[in-house]
Amino acid sequence: MKLPIYMDNHATTPVDPRVFEVMTPYFTGIFGNAASRNHSFGWQAEEAVDLGRKQVADLIGATAKEIVFTSGATESNNLALKGIAQMYAERGNHLITAATEHKCVLDTCKRLEKEGFRVTYLPVQQNGLVDLDQLRAAITDKTILVSIMYANNEIGVVQPVKEIGKIAKERGVLFHSDATQAVGKIPVNVLQDNIDLMSLTAHKMYGPKGVGALYVRRRNPRVQLTAQMDGGGHERGMRSGTLNVPGIAGLGAACALAQKEMAEEAKKMAFLRDRLMHKLQNSLDEVYINGTMEHRLPNNLNMSFAYVEGESLLMGINDIAVSSGSACTSATLEPSYVLKALGAGDDLAHSSIRFGLGRFNTEEEVDYVAAKIIDVVRKLRELSPLYEMFKEGIDLTKVQWTAH
Amino acid sequence: MYSDKVIDHYNHPRNVGSLDKADPTVGTGMVGAPECGDVMKLQIKVNPETGIIDDAKFKTFGCGSAIASSSLATEWLRGKTVDEALAIKNTDIVTELSLPPVKIHCSVLAEDAIKAAITDYKKKAGVPETVPAKAHA
Repeated sequence: MKLPIYMDNHATTPVDPRVFEVMTPYFTGIFGNAASRNHSFGWQAEEAVDLGRKQVADLIGATAKEIVFTSGATESNNLALKGIAQMYAERGNHLITAATEHKCVLDTCKRLEKEGFRVTYLPVQQNGLVDLDQLRAAITDKTILVSIMYANNEIGVVQPVKEIGKIAKERGVLFHSDATQAVGKIPVNVLQDNIDLMSLTAHKMYGPKGVGALYVRRRNPRVQLTAQMDGGGHERGMRSGTLNVPGIAGLGAACALAQKEMAEEAKKMAFLRDRLMHKLQNSLDEVYINGTMEHRLPNNLNMSFAYVEGESLLMGINDIAVSSGSACTSATLEPSYVLKALGAGDDLAHSSIRFGLGRFNTEEEVDYVAAKIIDVVRKLRELSPLYEMFKEGIDLTKVQWTAH
Repeated sequence: MYSDKVIDHYNHPRNVGSLDKADPTVGTGMVGAPECGDVMKLQIKVNPETGIIDDAKFKTFGCGSAIASSSLATEWLRGKTVDEALAIKNTDIVTELSLPPVKIHCSVLAEDAIKAAITDYKKKAGVPETVPAKAHA
């Protein structure tokens, strides 16, 4: 076993060597511009792009023409939200999203609000899922878009996307889903899920960084959007810019691998994740799982270790790469807004650790991680005045704290 | 990200533990709040004859810098008089531990904990509040 151990696969994944192998010819040998129509350099590049486009489409149940390549999910989300808002502004000025979306969706919504759009941020239930009745109630005749993520990047919960899509369709509203964490991990099908636009990225599924895609439905309905990048009119005019040929080849290869291996891999992920979870639960008291286990990515575990602060826990496990919802680990000094949205209380957000298992994790690594976490949590609880008070039977919610 | 001294205090925290809160010679300071991500409990035991802090203990819920700040505080408190202890400033802790700007609040919390423990001790011992002595005269 090699240290440090990487278990932060929601942040990014390593490129699968098989993906890398597919990409390598497109840097030096086959370097053509896929838009060059009059020589073989361009044709070869275009061939690679066509294959990549088909591989992405196949994985998500789309057709190749519905795939718009971008630089990643942040760009895809920006393009979807701004592009739809601007294109359909005459039809309405209202968008609906959820409080637990990724920053690139929330901040895009905030910008649209500044431009005069109205945005409803649906709260989530304690299990992390949106309430479909609240969604129904939020849709008005001014609503043009519902944007709800497929799976959450912190707590891994999988939203009832199919039902959300159905509701949107019934009400004549477009539905966008940020499926960054879901594609390649669990079955995603834009037809069955009633999705009109969907964002994905290569680097969360063992492809390279810097390339992603936006699915834009072409039939029932034909979705149009306003381009956010002006230029040569690439990607059916929706996203100008010379195509990232090696990246697209890599994204395609990653999708093809995922399609072939996803079912087996999901089983392995769930086995490792559950092993980790059970070991932690069996050895430690006062641990809490954030978000429902019932509708969840197989590779995600988000746990709060009550009375232990997240950053101090990370400091004690410095040969393991995971992340924390603790304020001290974020640039803003605010604890995770996703965990806060669950209503669990800031104290549990400060005590949370996100484990993101991946293709290359082993049982041995899981056992090492579990043992190390257990050891450090015990040590830090020895240090924790809160754990001492809890053991004395003091109700911490009734204590008068001196907030600072 | 962490200085060697912070790491050393984190790995080998000094004077972890609790003193008897009911003991009239013990002062307890508890500052911070769980929802802010830091709670420090700092206790001192004062020799009533000499006014010298014989023992100091801490427990901290917080990041590595918060743990180090309170651990260091207990080291500094031991052997000082109560008035000398009041002269400990958060900036002294920042300097000693080389805390970065985002961690200054940890040192502030440690200073607050020291002051709270001393206030508690004085209240219990019936000592009137005094003006803090000058820092490291």
